[in-house]
Amino acid sequence: MKELLHYREIPGNSPGYYAVLAMLGLLIALGLGAAYYMEHQGHHVTGMNNQIVWGMPHVFAVFLIVAASGALNVASISSVFNKKLYKPLAPLSGLVAVALLIGGLCILVLDLGRPDRLIVAMTYYNFKSIFAWNIFLYTGFIAIVAVYLWMMLERRFNKLSKPAGFFAFVWRLILTTGTGSIFGFLVARQAYDAAILAPVFILMSFSFGLAVFNILLIGIYSGTRRPLGDAVVERLRKLQGVFIATVLFFVTIFHLTSLYATERHGVMKFILDGDNVYSGLFWLGFVLIGSLIPLLICLLNGFKNSARWLVTASLMVIAGGMAHMYVIIIGGQAYPLDMFPGYEFSSSFFDGVVGTYTPSIYEIGLGIGGAAFAIAIVLAGIKILRFLPLSLANSLVDPHYSAEAKEADKPVAGKQARA
Amino acid sequence: MSQQENKIDEYRRRFLGKGAALVGAAALAPGVILHTIAHAKPADEAVTSKVRWGFLIDANKCAENCDACVRACDEENGITKFGRPQTDAQWIRKITLRNKQTNHSITLPMMCQHCEHPPCVDVCPTGASFKRADGIVLVDKHICIGCRYCMMACPYKARSFIHETVTGQAPDVPRGKGTVESCTLCVHRVDRGETPACAEACAKTQEGPAILFGDLNDPNSKIAKRLASEPSSAVRADFRLDPGVRYQGI
Repeated sequence: MKELLHYREIPGNSPGYYAVLAMLGLLIALGLGAAYYMEHQGHHVTGMNNQIVWGMPHVFAVFLIVAASGALNVASISSVFNKKLYKPLAPLSGLVAVALLIGGLCILVLDLGRPDRLIVAMTYYNFKSIFAWNIFLYTGFIAIVAVYLWMMLERRFNKLSKPAGFFAFVWRLILTTGTGSIFGFLVARQAYDAAILAPVFILMSFSFGLAVFNILLIGIYSGTRRPLGDAVVERLRKLQGVFIATVLFFVTIFHLTSLYATERHGVMKFILDGDNVYSGLFWLGFVLIGSLIPLLICLLNGFKNSARWLVTASLMVIAGGMAHMYVIIIGGQAYPLDMFPGYEFSSSFFDGVVGTYTPSIYEIGLGIGGAAFAIAIVLAGIKILRFLPLSLANSLVDPHYSAEAKEADKPVAGKQARA
Repeated sequence: MSQQENKIDEYRRRFLGKGAALVGAAALAPGVILHTIAHAKPADEAVTSKVRWGFLIDANKCAENCDACVRACDEENGITKFGRPQTDAQWIRKITLRNKQTNHSITLPMMCQHCEHPPCVDVCPTGASFKRADGIVLVDKHICIGCRYCMMACPYKARSFIHETVTGQAPDVPRGKGTVESCTLCVHRVDRGETPACAEACAKTQEGPAILFGDLNDPNSKIAKRLASEPSSAVRADFRLDPGVRYQGI
């Protein structure tokens, strides 16, 4: 007879656990301090200016928000697409999704010119604004995933977890469409203004979200010494590979479309072949480190069954994803507005020239603080509620698990969980 | 005797004459003032879409080294600089254009174009960016949260974010750190029946007036007549935002 899965809180009383929480707490405090300083002094102490109006905080925030929606993938695959192997991972997936979104939103709010007016943002709405839609999409996402988690964790409501999961799945697709459309609907800027940005953001969410999930899952199982079988690791590795490839495909199509239109040759040359940081970040950061190398790690047999390599690939995806966000958000603004097509133009207001931006320590501090807050929520959550199975050994989670493989499987899984 | 009396009579006459003139002036003055005010919009009357304020800017008349409009705007609206050009606000700026094919170069003032379909208003999450019935695009400083999405959306780079504490504000022009602002078409002056500061300053220059202010909806206004009889264009007309600011000479 198959053993049952038991979900249990982590003990969370080891010095290691508290050390990690203390470190995260310090990063959160530094982030809050940075936000206070920026708010107090005004944004002139940041790298942002009237040319580059969205800076490093937005790179972090949009990354976290996009990853939040993607982190829910694992739960969706279980509830919506009925894949049994993902079921034990579903509660953690929901928790990570909510945590990342909260972390991202904190950054976004604290970077506002008037963060004290959050209540205004919640009470005055212009429903033609994609930002206004997003306020509902984000808060709605948190509420829906909370209900979904409740349905998953409360045995009496388990039956309802499937419709709740389906609803959350559709909602998060709309959410990432909304995030992509913040840029996609900007008609005036040549680097944006493309409907394909919405699907690009959806695919990026799949990849970035899963990468964050992989690291947290493996990290937590390794830290708590709970068994993590290679069936899970292997499945996540393959899935990550597929997501990386689809992101690459959509980004390629996005750039090919732009390259075909003569009027966009300037901005494409700027992003893809410019004498600037953006081209470097795109090719070296996003394409090579963030896509090609992790793609090989995720697809080649030599890296099979290795949690360590999956973490490596996931870290590279995150680094590449941040690089890509930087290129999209900052690079897209740095390229000057084509206010007078056919003319060369200049002014004291930096018209017609490439915008300059150097991220300040405060913006990076705020971004890291938000990310630390997201991780802290996850670590606190798994101590308070039963998000995690005691064991994810192959014998428990793999529907195709057979007794013959058992002998060979057990020690390997044990070793990898500690890898 | 008679000489003395005649003198007194003369004084009397003069006194009465001057007195009458004063009384007359005092009686007429309120009427004259009222007449002026009647041409402006009374303070308690809502703005209407019957008028649409706008500029017609003739780049041919805009001298390269003249920045009278910029200086007038800064003074009128209390736009102080901090010596940080990257973050200092600019409501109006002079742009120099050079045609890449012909090398012909011109300069022109650029400010908020007060679009009929303003993208900044579309994207503003709280509705702080809004368009008045008379076509003036403004920011409600009380509900702007400083998200800068409008700055991302504006095709004319017309808006500035206030990056630091501002002091010495003009009484009619509230500004505040952490909010976004742009040319208000000197709405406070327009509501008093005056013309925007830049247009007024431009008219006083040797080459001017390059900036003509008026009601685009009134077929008898000077601006509407000139737009009807002379060629003009809108910047990035392909966006079809129908800007209230039109240009000649580009």
